[in-house]
Amino acid sequence: MKSVSPGKKKKAKTDATEKIWNLRLYVAGQTRKSITAFANLKKICEDHLAGEYRIEVIDLLKDPQLAKGDQIIAIPTLVRKLPEPIKKIIGDLADTERVLVGLDIRPVSE
Amino acid sequence: MVKKKHDVDVLEKCPTGIKGLDEITKGGIPKGRPTLICGSAGCGKTLFAMEFLMRGAMDYSEPGVFMTFEETPEDLAKNFISLGFDLNGMISRGLIAMDHVYIERSEIEETGEYDLEGLFIRLGNAIDSIGAKRVVLDTIEALFSGLSNAAIIRAELRRLFHWLKGRGVTAIVTGESGDRLLTRYGLEEYVADCVIFLDFRIEAQISTRRLRIVKYRGSSHGADEYPFLIDERGISILPITSLGLDYTVSMDRVSTGVPKLDAMLDGKGFYRGSTILVSGTAGTGKTSMSATFADAACRRGERCLYFAFEESPSQIIRNMGSIGVDLSRWVKKGLLKFHSARPSLYGLEMHLVTFHKVIDDFNPQVFIIDPISNLSAAGTESEVKSILTRLIDHLKMKKITTFLTDLTHFGGSLEHTSEEISSLIDTWLLLRDIELNGERNRGLYILKSRGMAHSNQIQEFMLTNQGIDLIDIYTGSGEVLTGSARAAQEAQEKASELASRREADRRLREQERRRNALETNIAALRAEFDVETEEVHLMAEEERKRQAVLAEDRLKMAHLRRAKPSVSPAKRSKKNRERRIK
Repeated sequence: MKSVSPGKKKKAKTDATEKIWNLRLYVAGQTRKSITAFANLKKICEDHLAGEYRIEVIDLLKDPQLAKGDQIIAIPTLVRKLPEPIKKIIGDLADTERVLVGLDIRPVSE
Repeated sequence: MVKKKHDVDVLEKCPTGIKGLDEITKGGIPKGRPTLICGSAGCGKTLFAMEFLMRGAMDYSEPGVFMTFEETPEDLAKNFISLGFDLNGMISRGLIAMDHVYIERSEIEETGEYDLEGLFIRLGNAIDSIGAKRVVLDTIEALFSGLSNAAIIRAELRRLFHWLKGRGVTAIVTGESGDRLLTRYGLEEYVADCVIFLDFRIEAQISTRRLRIVKYRGSSHGADEYPFLIDERGISILPITSLGLDYTVSMDRVSTGVPKLDAMLDGKGFYRGSTILVSGTAGTGKTSMSATFADAACRRGERCLYFAFEESPSQIIRNMGSIGVDLSRWVKKGLLKFHSARPSLYGLEMHLVTFHKVIDDFNPQVFIIDPISNLSAAGTESEVKSILTRLIDHLKMKKITTFLTDLTHFGGSLEHTSEEISSLIDTWLLLRDIELNGERNRGLYILKSRGMAHSNQIQEFMLTNQGIDLIDIYTGSGEVLTGSARAAQEAQEKASELASRREADRRLREQERRRNALETNIAALRAEFDVETEEVHLMAEEERKRQAVLAEDRLKMAHLRRAKPSVSPAKRSKKNRERRIK
């Protein structure tokens, strides 16, 4: 498991009561789609969940056995591990609106 | 990761290990390529796929990956244990790898471009973990209901099948049948090499599973619909098309179990491997004939399979005990196997499959169906005939002597078998009622018997407590009599024969007596004659004596008269001398 999530972006430590968004992005190598997805995710998180999120990038080419656990079939797939329930968004996350709906962020941040 | 494997000219095949399928496909499904198995819900796709993996792992040392998109591994394991497959055991021994792909549409949001590399990775990982040679995807169409972008799925499926070929694994992909297409999402478009269609039909409330090879690129294959069975040992498909007439025949003969019937059949009985039909109306003794034949086979130490469509095995054993045929000991010895089923239990094709399966399992030398007429309850006449043709061909090829009984109906022609199968029959015995003088007796005759000089006589067929007996029928005085009429006629004949014999004896004695009397007479006459002869002799003697005396007297007188000149002087002198001495 390769945690790409940069420590410097974890501003969540400031408030323990505030919920932490635990996000996992599954990719398969440095493909165009996965790079795009990561960039899109980072932007959305910065815009809407600043300091409240943690991104874990899992490269299935390196850890293929991890695909089973989260029922990954499509690449890239973003999994919202926390808060529950688990949500999945597949694709390069280009449509911000849909990502926000998928992650259930909009009502929270509004 | 992706190994390119170039196809060779000759299509390599991968044996499925599923009973019968490898024969139909002439070796199995294409090796290293995907095969599509499609059919409606509940037609046995998953089982088919699973058995392919299980057989591969157990019989061909080819581990397999089962990727399920529908059922959970727990459910699958439960289903397969009932068919004798220990799924969890195989998984723990590293022979099967299971991956459950679960797609819940409500949990998934799609934004932008994606591919199904995750699926590829999972599959690749599973293949690598056990070195799999076989892969099952059951059923990959779930992707279409789980994801909305059909264009991506289609592109990815195409890539997947290509990728599978590249990995060199033999894959089975299942798909649900659609309205117009073989599968709902047109999977056959991607899997171009081999497509097998499973069907589950209900006709006249009888369900039959059938299998058909829709296409098999680069290979010939059976094109028919093949019925198949799913039982506690998995799937059995039987290639039951007609096998042609090129089987070899045996010169061996087998006893019918009735010595007199053997005598009628050239003195030797039936040919081994021939087909015998006994037809007759109800209660003419068909089952007794079958049981006797079965008994005779078991006595020879042969294995006999008895399909009973009318009675339960215990009933047959009990009833046959009453004619002195003890079948239970053969059952205990394992030489005789009964298989009882109502004909309407399942379809005709299914019966055939059952026949084949049981024959293959038990490997008998003698096969009995009692009666075949009941099969018509499960299908039309032409279907029954086709089934029986195929069955008989199969049995002939295996050199199994087949004994069929057929119930003919009252009023119908006796030579008319209900299934019109006379041309398939080598030896045809007809049991018929002979109604005469208020009784009903059984007659037996041989309608035909190919390849032997058989008797043309009608014999009276008797069921005694020592078994079947055949008695020469009464055919004297221009009429045919059976039963008590025959017995009465015979008694009458015997009486008159006795009377005439007595008369002859009497005459003989009379003649003897007369001869005796005559001889007595002759003796008496002879005695009388003897007496007369003796008298005559006596008289003659007396006469001679008298003559002699007379002559002497004359001499004396002459002497006295001394006038006998004929006396010599010497004599005279002597006489004188004598006188002087005195």
